[in-house]
Amino acid sequence: MGRLAIAWAAWILAISGAGAQEDAIPTSLTGAPGDAARGRAIVANRQVGLCLLCHNGPFPEERFQGDLAPDLTGVGARYTEGQLRLRIVDPARINPQTIMPAYGRTEGLNRVIGAFAGKPILNAEQIEDVVAYLTSLRAEKTP
Amino acid sequence: MRALALALLLVAPLAQAGEIPAAERRSDTVTMSAELRAMQADDMANPASFWALDGQTLWDAKAGTSGKSCADCHGDAQASMKGVAARYPAFDGATGRVLDLEARINQCRTDRQGAPPLAMESRELLDLTTYVGLQSRGAPISSSDPRLAPAIETGRQLFSARQGQLNLSCAICHDDNWGRKLGGATVPQAHPTGYPIYRLEWQSVGSLQRRLRNCMVGMRAEPYPFGSDAYIALEAFLMFRAKGLPMETPAVRP
Ligand code: HEC
Ligand code: HEC
Ligand code: HEC
Repeated sequence: MGRLAIAWAAWILAISGAGAQEDAIPTSLTGAPGDAARGRAIVANRQVGLCLLCHNGPFPEERFQGDLAPDLTGVGARYTEGQLRLRIVDPARINPQTIMPAYGRTEGLNRVIGAFAGKPILNAEQIEDVVAYLTSLRAEKTP
Repeated sequence: MRALALALLLVAPLAQAGEIPAAERRSDTVTMSAELRAMQADDMANPASFWALDGQTLWDAKAGTSGKSCADCHGDAQASMKGVAARYPAFDGATGRVLDLEARINQCRTDRQGAPPLAMESRELLDLTTYVGLQSRGAPISSSDPRLAPAIETGRQLFSARQGQLNLSCAICHDDNWGRKLGGATVPQAHPTGYPIYRLEWQSVGSLQRRLRNCMVGMRAEPYPFGSDAYIALEAFLMFRAKGLPMETPAVRP
């Protein structure tokens, strides 16, 4: 219970912007580090993370990857953990025109279908897992 | 230098955003596999031919308290329905409403035949719509009635509005990213040239509204009720946007 309350406090702080610097959310939304292996599974899952609909990346086992967005290979070397967190929680804070969904935002949306109404695409724990995975993507593409 | 490269990166996607130039407008039949294109082109192989044949039977069948068939009033569909589907949705002077082809056929069912309306996506309504639509194959899409303007404008707004949990708009995919890969699917330009279509994923013929519903659910947006003015406005806008492209009903889609 206590841990959950702290998690929610950190979460609300983060998404309300109070804990966010201009270009990053430096602290974990749950107060704990995420799990990179779980994060990889979320990113690859077309019903959960949906990332590979738009992105491609280091997923040799995935045949169908999108090309609407940059390759995620090496993204952990290009951004800090906090920058990655903000880019998942609410990428529109960096690029207001972005087509990338805000995975941790529920306000400012229209006609959300019943089953998903009021819910973020990923919860705080899932976002931390994704951030942990992205942070681990330090190797650039081998030519 | 780095700043310039960054600036270019930021500008590049915006430069190609917006409506599709007329010279690049095309039906997404051309992006399908040769196998699917052949299936669509050959009436013996196109599964939608069964729906069209049943539609022809219904065209000649008497229905309702009037005891009249479509043919009793309209004669040979090959002559009377030629080019009709290419200018739907159309403005109905009697009711002052914009009707899509399904709604128009149902209006004849209820008002002229004295029969109960056919449910949206029912086999019979798809049969009749496919049969009537088939009579426009090859005709250029040509909605030019100025009374359609308000519906087209509403449709345009719905097309460009962000919606759903994913906060996407139809335009983000179909105007700005057509030709790119969304997972395994190539994003089409979304011209309604071939509806009703036979879709392999459905194992059935389905209407344009069913296709739009699929896209809305994909965006995690609450779909509109079947037959609603919102769908008809979107259909009117899509037909306006596809002006000049030849009709292909019934098309085949993966
Ligand atoms: C609807 C398409 C879409 C989806 C789904 C999507 N993204 Fe993105 N993403 C983009 C686009 C486009 C950009 C480029 C930056 C921009 O336009 O804002 C981007 C940028 C990024 C960046 C910064 C990359 C860089 O090189 O600058 C990261 C990291 C990222 N996305 C991760 C993810 C993850 C992880 C997921 C899934 C949880 C995801 N994205 C889902 C479209 C998408
Ligand atoms: C009792 C006569 C009658 C019957 C039966 C009838 N219709 Fe009609 N239909 C009409 C008339 C009259 C119009 C033109 C109405 C108008 O312009 O306002 C019309 C219009 C139409 C149109 C629109 C044509 C256009 O140019 O926009 C379609 C499509 C149509 N009917 C299909 C059908 C179908 C399918 C059936 C059988 C299910 C059917 N009709 C049965 C009399 C009939
Ligand atoms: C995330 C991207 C995306 C969004 C947003 C989207 N669509 Fe689509 N749409 C697709 C894809 C991909 C297909 C092709 C699906 C397939 O073949 O499996 C498609 C198919 C279509 C088609 C069928 C085209 C044909 O050739 O038969 C129409 C029409 C269409 N969409 C209209 C819309 C409308 C209207 C909206 C907004 C309510 C919308 N779409 C939102 C991706 C999208």
